[in-house]
Amino acid sequence: MLALLKREIRIAWRAGGGALTGVLFFLAVVTVFPFAVGPDTKLLSHLAPAILWIGALLASLLGLDRMFAQEREDGSLDMLVMQGHPLMLVFFMKAFAHWLMSGLPLVLATPLFGIMLNLSPLGIGATMITLLAGTPAISFIGAAGASVAVKLPRGGMLISVLVLPLVIPVLVFGIAAITGALTDPAPFTTPFLFLCAITLFTSVLGPLAASVMLRHSAD
Amino acid sequence: MKLCVENMALMRAGEEVVRDISFELNAGEALVVTGENGSGKSTTLRGVAGLLPLASGEISLVDDTGKVFENPVREYCHYLGHKNGMKPSLSVRENLDFWQKFMGENLLSVEEALEEVDLSHTIDLPYYYLSAGQKRRVAIARLLVSDRPIWILDEPTSGLDAQSVTLFTSLAKAFVEDDGILIAATHLPLGLDKTKTLEIGS
Amino acid sequence: MTMTSETAIRSNASNLWGLANPTRFMGFANRAIPVLGIATMLLFAIGLYLSFTAPEDYQQGYTVLIMFIHVPAAWLAMMTYSVMSISALGSIVWRHPLADVSLRTAAPLGAVFTFLALATGSLWGKPMWGTWWEWDARMTSVLILFIIYLGIIALSKAFDEPSEAAQPLAIMTLVGVPLLPIIKFSVDWWNTLHQPASVSRFDRPAMGPEFLYPLLIMALAYMALFFTLHFMSMRNEVLARRIRAMKMKQARRK
Repeated sequence: MLALLKREIRIAWRAGGGALTGVLFFLAVVTVFPFAVGPDTKLLSHLAPAILWIGALLASLLGLDRMFAQEREDGSLDMLVMQGHPLMLVFFMKAFAHWLMSGLPLVLATPLFGIMLNLSPLGIGATMITLLAGTPAISFIGAAGASVAVKLPRGGMLISVLVLPLVIPVLVFGIAAITGALTDPAPFTTPFLFLCAITLFTSVLGPLAASVMLRHSAD
Repeated sequence: MKLCVENMALMRAGEEVVRDISFELNAGEALVVTGENGSGKSTTLRGVAGLLPLASGEISLVDDTGKVFENPVREYCHYLGHKNGMKPSLSVRENLDFWQKFMGENLLSVEEALEEVDLSHTIDLPYYYLSAGQKRRVAIARLLVSDRPIWILDEPTSGLDAQSVTLFTSLAKAFVEDDGILIAATHLPLGLDKTKTLEIGS
Repeated sequence: MTMTSETAIRSNASNLWGLANPTRFMGFANRAIPVLGIATMLLFAIGLYLSFTAPEDYQQGYTVLIMFIHVPAAWLAMMTYSVMSISALGSIVWRHPLADVSLRTAAPLGAVFTFLALATGSLWGKPMWGTWWEWDARMTSVLILFIIYLGIIALSKAFDEPSEAAQPLAIMTLVGVPLLPIIKFSVDWWNTLHQPASVSRFDRPAMGPEFLYPLLIMALAYMALFFTLHFMSMRNEVLARRIRAMKMKQARRK
């Protein structure tokens, strides 16, 4: 299984600059917002957590369509599903590798973009930790979406449409936790724990759905 | 060891493509699957490899004492389809190394396997650099890095030149003579002693 | 793509590399790099000495010193893009492989200069404006330049076959050219925080000579640094492509 993880990371790193593209997309989304809402520093710092979360959400959707479609196109999927390994574990690894190469770089880039949006240090910390807890869920739910659309030549758009509504709870609890950290009466811990729970839940559900879907559909 | 396929039927797009496929293969025997284009050769092979759900029938692997292996048959199979299952951006070594680690049951080392298909000089080159025939040979080398008692090969020699075909047939022969079970869809004579044929369609 | 056309493209590429031009370039680069390297070090030594001995500004205090790093970096950020645009023209019009090499290797350098300009500007902005970052016209347009640089880098790495990337890269680069005048005149067109140019006014620079000379020498040092690194990087890329061609040949052996 570690061999699979290593392979995924190698492939992501070599093709198209890997993690760079996702972070670049994130940066582009963050840059677009001040044009839309105006360069008002106060307003931007108020909106910053939302902007960062939406940027990270959209950037995480990139590359989801290739997660299984590419494996199917080059014939690897046949060999991946034939072995004795539990399929769920195989696809968990694929989704985890996707997060490592798309979600994690976004988390690490957040402080820089937070500064640009004039977010307070506490706000940056809260955004980072909620993104760290929440973005894996996007990759896991994405694995389910990607497996459903594996045979479609232009599945990318469809996967986004399928996955976005499902990750809304992630967004809700992520933002709620940040609000809790930044304003006094609202709690941080409760929504944050919900966020962690969603991620853990999807880490089982996503790979499970993918394994049911892909057991026999490589053809 | 014996591979038994009984009354296998396979569906594709809601239609029964092949039906009533039955055969038995003992260790050291080969089966050549023939038939016209579109007759369902590939489907049959994919069915045996466990890559398609069986509409009906049964596939089982029994050992010499008649005991049925508990794990699904696919776990004992190497499958070489039309596509090679390699990543262009990785080197030949990285590709084979991954499959060896992922499949387990190490047989030959990656270096030795590439030696067998006469590709030692490409080991550190990106897979992308290789010609179509060389790519196919790398895929054949994959059969050698992990130990599987059954090889299921779909047009294994497509894209190979005459010299490489000879190379492949000698590998297949060595495998069968070493008590392997080989199922192949191919037009070429494999030059094996104990070869059965299965005509599909018509 | 079929096998035959793939081979054809590859043999074409290796034919181009057989031309004398890259070889002549390599000879030139081997001689130019040491000279440029020494010039860079001397200019930086003088420039940094003058920068640190420059008097404090009566308004900005000691923070004015960061300008000697910041302003040349910003100039170089734009100059690099100009170099890339000219290379892009050469790449599209004459299909010259060396132009593509020049374009591709300049992009990371441009990105670093742009990042340096943004980062030092941000460091200067904190004490002067009380904020690390402000979405004013100049900073935002330079940020977009930075994104374009990174985009071009990502594009250049996205192709398995470097010669296939030449045209897309050149076209993308040229599409970004209108940004240069926008950056240059952003401080005049929009009324923003960033101060207008104080060196290049034609009547007389708004800056005293005690600041002007170190700034100009630093700018020369940056330029020398850019050309040193650019030639080194181009030499590497030419070598890398030769290695690649040899590996391809090796794969073809059997």
